[in-house]
Amino acid sequence: MKVLIYGIINSVIFALMASGFALVYSISGIPNFAHGAMYVIAAYFTWLLLTNLGLPYLLAIILGVGIVGLIGALMYRFLLIRVRGMALSEIIGSFAIGLGILELVRFAGLKMLAYHLPPYIAGMVEIAGVPVDLHRIAIVGIALVVFVGLWLFTHYSKLGLSLRGIAQDERTAMLLGIDSDRAALVVMVLGSSVAGLAGVVLVPLGTIAVEAGYEVLIYALAICILGGLGNWVGALVGSFVIGFAQIITVNFIGSQWQIVVALLAIIIILILKPSGLFGRQKELEERV
Amino acid sequence: MAMTKRRERLDRGIRVRTEGFYALLSWREIGYLVAPRAALIIGLLILPLIMPNVYWQRVVCLMGLFALLALCFDFLAEFVGLICLGTALFVGVGGYLSAILNAWLGLPLLLTIPIATVGGAIFCTLLLLPCFPLRGIYFAIMTLIYPMMAARVIEALGILGSTNGISGLSGFPNIWVELYLIIGVGLVCLFGLRRLVGEDIGLVLRGVKDNDQAIKASGMNITHYKILATFIASGIGSFVGSYLAHLYQWAGLSLFALDFSILPISASIVGGLGTLAGPMLGAFMLTPLSELLRSLGGLRIAIYAIILVFFIFFRTEGLLNYAQRKYHQFQHWVEV
Repeated sequence: MKVLIYGIINSVIFALMASGFALVYSISGIPNFAHGAMYVIAAYFTWLLLTNLGLPYLLAIILGVGIVGLIGALMYRFLLIRVRGMALSEIIGSFAIGLGILELVRFAGLKMLAYHLPPYIAGMVEIAGVPVDLHRIAIVGIALVVFVGLWLFTHYSKLGLSLRGIAQDERTAMLLGIDSDRAALVVMVLGSSVAGLAGVVLVPLGTIAVEAGYEVLIYALAICILGGLGNWVGALVGSFVIGFAQIITVNFIGSQWQIVVALLAIIIILILKPSGLFGRQKELEERV
Repeated sequence: MAMTKRRERLDRGIRVRTEGFYALLSWREIGYLVAPRAALIIGLLILPLIMPNVYWQRVVCLMGLFALLALCFDFLAEFVGLICLGTALFVGVGGYLSAILNAWLGLPLLLTIPIATVGGAIFCTLLLLPCFPLRGIYFAIMTLIYPMMAARVIEALGILGSTNGISGLSGFPNIWVELYLIIGVGLVCLFGLRRLVGEDIGLVLRGVKDNDQAIKASGMNITHYKILATFIASGIGSFVGSYLAHLYQWAGLSLFALDFSILPISASIVGGLGTLAGPMLGAFMLTPLSELLRSLGGLRIAIYAIILVFFIFFRTEGLLNYAQRKYHQFQHWVEV
């Protein structure tokens, strides 16, 4: 029971980490390697606003996520747009941006482990005999709201539908008057905000550390590869695979094995299905 | 309507004349061909001699080491289409192999470096084998994950000396061996790889990058060529790792550090992708810079990232491509 509950929570956490990356990549084809940096700076800004300016918690969170969304927009508008479609430049460019942001944040004083955000709701409850703190439940709730919101947005709003149009067939979408660059801009803002939100929501579980930026990036990438890049459902399933694999290893084998198991899972799936669990024809073309 | 002009670039006469065999007929044309190559070789050979002290001679060792890594990144990315963000994996594997051979099994240095080079190449190629069906960013992601995971695995399992690493490797006899070993290997690898990509197999490798369907249709096995290229590149990387382990007489988790992946990439971008010599020059410029910036501590990597961002978004072609253009072509303005 404990495995089941914590497995679900862990999986939702991974899904939250990965969804920003999956969103940006599936729609605009930009591999946003600055994803981890977005995660860290959202938490960092929120912490700054909360402690230095003394803003209310909710306002600080909204501002922090907003700033990160703005950074995503600026990043696309002034830098990434210049190398759109060149895989090597996109990867290295966005990775360099992320690296720069993370190291600047580290230089700005994020060295010690003293920074951490308070949980939203303190306290514990018991679900089926397993103690779970309320903040973890809040995370699951927020994640559900985010996923459902994104799903509704991409399936029922005009802007969201145009984004999906771009994702499915860029040329036809452009013929119908959908601006590819504008769509990419929108999705960069959305993706960065989701990454930022993940940071703000998850950091209260631990502390803000620069290393977390790299870790989140790695997990997001691993999950997206596992589920088949450019595929939303795949990312979700991938995060459940890794989430449960980790919790099971922690409980039955030992916590030092959890990363080995995650890596093994990825390699095995790559050997069996090179395009990931849910990779579609579009991905196959590109990959094999 | 305002008169618009555009730049027109034309090859210099001497470049055209030196393309064939008849270049040998005139000293001037031989000079045109030999000058850049000779400048590089002689420059590298006298570089250790003009360094003021042992500290800077050590920096030259680092330059050579990063130059080799940059070479291996450029070869994989531009000639085979495998964007490898994890050259640190090669370094780590090579370093740990020679540490095991030397410190634990007691083999001499003359044996450990070649064994670690070849063994590391085999090991890395086997590790990357499941990733070969992947292309572009997929491969990049996997190679980025590998070295980070490798460090974690060693740490988690507590094997290979865990976080303390393996110490007590034998060092090189003196500083000149250190210097000229890395410079010599660097030059051999540079000209060897240039030759390799100019041969028929180079054409096939480029085909693997640009149009692998065509290679398949010609009845050739893509994976075979990817394995070959990765073997070469990871051999170079493992040599670097082995050299580094002997240089510091220590092998530890920092061999898998991000530095060994990022610095070669920046060097390639700054130096000019696809030229092989460019990434080497880039490494020879960036490594001293990073030594000078060492006093800044954490800001060092940030400055690096900013240089990288500038070059990748605003000066995409890199220095050597620019220099080559100036050397081979002249330009003038023509009316449109």
